[in-house]
Amino acid sequence: MWSWVLHRITGVGIYFFLLVHILDTALVRVSPEAYNAVIAQYKNPIMGLGELALVAAIGFHALNGLRIILIDFTGFGTRHQKAMFYIVLALWVVLLLGFAPRHLMHVFGGA
Amino acid sequence: MSAATVAYPAETDVADASAEAREDAPPGSFTITLIIRRFIPEIDEEPRWEDFDVNVFPTDRILDALHKIKWEQDGSLTFRRSCAHGICGSDAMRINGRNRLACKTLIKDLDPSKPIYVEAIKGLPLEKDLVVDMEPFFESYRQIQPFLQASGTPDRERHQTVEARARFDDTTKCILCAACTSSCPVFWTDGQYFGPAAIVNAHRFIFDDRDEASQVRLDILNDKEGVWRCRTTFNCSDACPRGIEVTKAIAEVKQAVLRGRA
Repeated sequence: MWSWVLHRITGVGIYFFLLVHILDTALVRVSPEAYNAVIAQYKNPIMGLGELALVAAIGFHALNGLRIILIDFTGFGTRHQKAMFYIVLALWVVLLLGFAPRHLMHVFGGA
Repeated sequence: MSAATVAYPAETDVADASAEAREDAPPGSFTITLIIRRFIPEIDEEPRWEDFDVNVFPTDRILDALHKIKWEQDGSLTFRRSCAHGICGSDAMRINGRNRLACKTLIKDLDPSKPIYVEAIKGLPLEKDLVVDMEPFFESYRQIQPFLQASGTPDRERHQTVEARARFDDTTKCILCAACTSSCPVFWTDGQYFGPAAIVNAHRFIFDDRDEASQVRLDILNDKEGVWRCRTTFNCSDACPRGIEVTKAIAEVKQAVLRGRA
């Protein structure tokens, strides 16, 4: 159940990010200066943490999505869903361990 | 009979702790607290939690504890039970937050040192205490045509290979207790969803090669409120007191719908 809850939460979160993302990217059609001004606003620690949350959400949603595909389309998926969930969590942690320190150094200095 | 006259060893630590609580308690028994979600429509506007102390043995079941409360403490406590042996499917309830049969849940398998929470299964209209209206559940069950449909009247039994029988063996075990359907978060918010139990019973006939109406059932379940509502949360598989791999059955029906045949 918790895999599903996390999948929902990350899915809705990613949806709202995409809304904003399409709006700010579309700004480049208004004027490149407006686009640059908006993107410059993102360069602060709060948005930096938000980016970390975004990558974490997308990472989980993608990996768990593969797990759901295996559950839906293979014969063995439903029987091993718990093990696959733990594999998803392990891969997710590994990916974030690779990303988070480097990203946080960019955000808070020290790179 | 007092505990002092018979030298039975105490079965658990909990037994020691509660021995002094009841002088007349039989040896090996102890007191547990059941917190039951009560709702009596004539009195209550909202369900309320009421706690009962009841003397039990570790090998007693939750159903025994409920009986003791009803028979010795509060006759108004209302719950369903029929066979009391895990076959009729009457006494599915939510025990410590998990759907189980009260007649198959032993006290010793829970933590008797803490209060045990008992409430009605969720997602179906609450009628009284632990009794819900099962009609929406059985309505979904009827819709999937849970009976063998075969043409002709053979003069002997319809033969089936062992392999063909094995395809739907798991789903023949359903006792229609609604533990799966009422554990499904999709069903909680969308009462129109057929629910796991109806799909399990459809599976039982869809994959039966003696049956000729598989396609009809696949068409019924190939619906917004059919198998595609399932979000594979696996609550149903965890809840089933018969150990049916419910989500697996649903996945097989999904694949059959995609293939267009059982």
